[in-house]
Amino acid sequence: MTRRKPIATGSDWNFETLERYEQAIAELAREYRLDTYPNQIEIITSEQMMDAYASVGMPVGYHHWSFGKQFLSVEQAYRRGQMGLAYELVINSDPCIAYLMEENSLMMQVLVIAHACYGHNSFFKGNYLFQTWTDASAIVDYLVFARKYVAQCEERHGVEAVEQLLDACHALQNYGVDRYKRPSPISAEAEARRQEEREAYLQTQVNTLWSTIPERAAPFADHLLPDSENDPLGLHRHGRYPSEPQENLLYFLEKNAPLLEPWQREIVRIVRKLAQYFYPQRQTQVMNEGWATFWHYTLMNRLYDDGLIDEGLMLEFLQSHTSVVSQPDYDSPYFGGINPYALGFAMFSDIQRICQAPTDEDREWFPDIAGSDWLDTLHFAMHNFKDESFIQQFLSPKVIRDLKLFSLVDDDRDDSLQIEAIHDDRGYRRIREALSVQYALSAREPNIQVWEADIRGDRSLTLRHVQDRRRPLGQSLFPVLRHLHQLWGFPVKLESIENGDTVRRYQWPIPETGRESA
Amino acid sequence: MSYFIDRRPNARNKSAVNRQRFLKRYRAHIKRAVEESVNRRSITDMERGEKVSIPSRDISEPSFQHGPGGRRTIVSPGNKQFAEGDRLRRPSGGAGGGGSGEGQASNQGEGVDEFVFTLSREEFLDFVFDGLALPHLERKQLRVLEETRPVRAGISREGVPARINIVRSMREAQARRIGMRAPLKRALREAQEALAAEERQDPVLRNPARIDELKSEIERLEKRIASIPFLDTYDLRYNHLTRQPMPSNQAVMFCVMDVSGSMTQAHKDIGKRFFLLLYLFLERNYEKVELVFVRHHTVAKEVDEEEFFYSRETGGTIVSSALTLVDRIIEARYSPEQWNLYVAQASDGDNWDDDSSTCLKLLDESLMAKLQYFTYVEITPHAHQALWDAYATIKTAYPERFAMEQIVQAEDIYPVFRELFRQRAES
Repeated sequence: MTRRKPIATGSDWNFETLERYEQAIAELAREYRLDTYPNQIEIITSEQMMDAYASVGMPVGYHHWSFGKQFLSVEQAYRRGQMGLAYELVINSDPCIAYLMEENSLMMQVLVIAHACYGHNSFFKGNYLFQTWTDASAIVDYLVFARKYVAQCEERHGVEAVEQLLDACHALQNYGVDRYKRPSPISAEAEARRQEEREAYLQTQVNTLWSTIPERAAPFADHLLPDSENDPLGLHRHGRYPSEPQENLLYFLEKNAPLLEPWQREIVRIVRKLAQYFYPQRQTQVMNEGWATFWHYTLMNRLYDDGLIDEGLMLEFLQSHTSVVSQPDYDSPYFGGINPYALGFAMFSDIQRICQAPTDEDREWFPDIAGSDWLDTLHFAMHNFKDESFIQQFLSPKVIRDLKLFSLVDDDRDDSLQIEAIHDDRGYRRIREALSVQYALSAREPNIQVWEADIRGDRSLTLRHVQDRRRPLGQSLFPVLRHLHQLWGFPVKLESIENGDTVRRYQWPIPETGRESA
Repeated sequence: MSYFIDRRPNARNKSAVNRQRFLKRYRAHIKRAVEESVNRRSITDMERGEKVSIPSRDISEPSFQHGPGGRRTIVSPGNKQFAEGDRLRRPSGGAGGGGSGEGQASNQGEGVDEFVFTLSREEFLDFVFDGLALPHLERKQLRVLEETRPVRAGISREGVPARINIVRSMREAQARRIGMRAPLKRALREAQEALAAEERQDPVLRNPARIDELKSEIERLEKRIASIPFLDTYDLRYNHLTRQPMPSNQAVMFCVMDVSGSMTQAHKDIGKRFFLLLYLFLERNYEKVELVFVRHHTVAKEVDEEEFFYSRETGGTIVSSALTLVDRIIEARYSPEQWNLYVAQASDGDNWDDDSSTCLKLLDESLMAKLQYFTYVEITPHAHQALWDAYATIKTAYPERFAMEQIVQAEDIYPVFRELFRQRAES
């Protein structure tokens, strides 16, 4: 490459220099085959950034007090100087919206363009989870629709009624996703068009389910129920409802909660759809940040090599990059868990290293990728994995050694903690396994499903919690059950099951005799 | 394809609605915090925001989570001395559970951490006057007292020595010196050159008469240059001052309160809001507002704010003692020509029987002529007594400048100020 003149120097930026840097980065990104949505880069003030923060990164959102709470805490932390605002915020949409703060220095703006507009953006477009679960072209319209609809409901039914409903839905929003079924894409237009029909349709469906006159039982079902002596009239011969456990609690409520009004079902649906939109982000933190960090690092270095940024800017960049990817040790006062930027960046850089300069160890551990084309391999990893599987597949002994990872078992039946594995030959696989589980959503969140709705009896709803390794539910359980009870309208029960035994039962409202427990 | 959009000119308060929703939802908590701070703060210190904290558990958004217990494996970075199979004592105070890099783990903790945020000044005042039903505060154009004040008005050639503007004077002097010397210096140089040319000539050809002439010329010029004065009276410049009419921008507010045994702390708290409201109003109108606290039972006494609101006394009530004291203080310290005078009085209506007529006389003959406004609140659910009747007479005599109201709860305070706040809209 011939060295060119730097596009700009110093720390002041203007739109012209930003555009020229953006073009230079776009050119390099093409070289690296980073496929992105068009970029919509918005320059905003720090106050606007706080607003953007408070709405959890949604460019428009419905109104809810919890966003106000978020705003106040961000504001408080920022004013006190405990926290710098993030330099950027990027939204998975088409075009991809990235926010740049006006206070940023020139270096920071260039870095953010590389990180967000080419790193995150290409990840949003390429990763299979995002492709499956989100529809980038529709999200902004859908958000606008949701905001309008919620505002309409507030007008018609009162702010308080809507707020309570949203509270209840938010409590369950992590259980508003079909994990195994592929979802249908969301589209604001279709939503709005279908919404009225659906209101009417949904209600008739629910009415059928809850009609007080039971349908005639199908005659051939008789022999399936052995104890028809206890049920001579065949009232229970339909078996349990739902016949399969339902993992999508919000979906189940939307379709089956007996007392919800049509507009309430619609709001449940809105929260569910938005939860689905954020679902991939919750599962690709390490990958997403790692990918973006890897690319800003690579692109900035290329800009420097090509002479488009000068030494001063490069030094400022390196200082900032180093603090982004720093990983405090577990015993450091700054330790706050594993830094996804550090882990992700280390892993992607290591994949590049394995491809370009494999050692014997790499050849043994990664025979498929050692010595392969690094760019192909990196794209393959980005496209086809989520944190859990990415770690399982690509966490190399070298990264484990570099980060000095160790795994620790905390068992409440044991009065001491035990080191299970460290960064040595015997430990690599176990650490990889444990870290992968640590990022698995299924292990991070309790596994709770709808077990039975007693539609012929007291109309109570029973949930089942499949307890794993004796980890009980936290204290927030009862408030959540209370919210669930609001949505369902009848008593709500929850059973914790481990290895087929019911280990604990909860119920809301709490019966007079007090809480049962086994 | 990329494009830049400058969003900076857009509205910046996108979160305002959500913020208000939050404040509304936690109204009770915030109100309690505000109430505490009103009682803690001085009247003069109300116009700033307040830090409010709410226990986190009251505002948490619940979701299904794992609780402590069971068996879990945690991977952490930065191993130093551990080897496989090592056993460690469990650290007390909860191990840093589920460190999956989410940073959320601490939310499950059972610590009583507080959610802290800051109310803005407006929000704070809204909460202070919550229930007072304040309309938009339109304020009366107050009576303007004519007074003059010297203001700078440029530079003049005449003045007293005390107002000499040194920089300007020196600049004039230098300009004059340069101007007066220039032709003399030029002539001097020419004479010197001529003299030098003459002296360079062969001695035979020299003209001694010419040399003498030039020498005396040089001497004359040098003398003239030396005689130019460094500073001439002509150079002097003075700062010019003119007298400009100035409205008086200072007010004094007398807080008068009955502290006899019948006034409870609840009465005083209502009273505090009443005084506060008047203070806020004055504070926006005047550059400087002084407060005088006068409390009384059978005798009146000037006290500081702390003592005014929070010390208790018992005994009977003689209102005129306070009015007399106010009158005396005005006489001594606050001339009505220079100060806008306001009196706010709070009482439960008790008064010594034959004292009310004394009050009437005192107000009518002496005080009302000096005051801008007199406000009186009677904090009692009971029937009026003689004092009310006496004041009612004053009110008929000075409807523009006298307001009185009976108050049972804090909501009732505002009507007292209605006159004060309404007049601007009319004018």
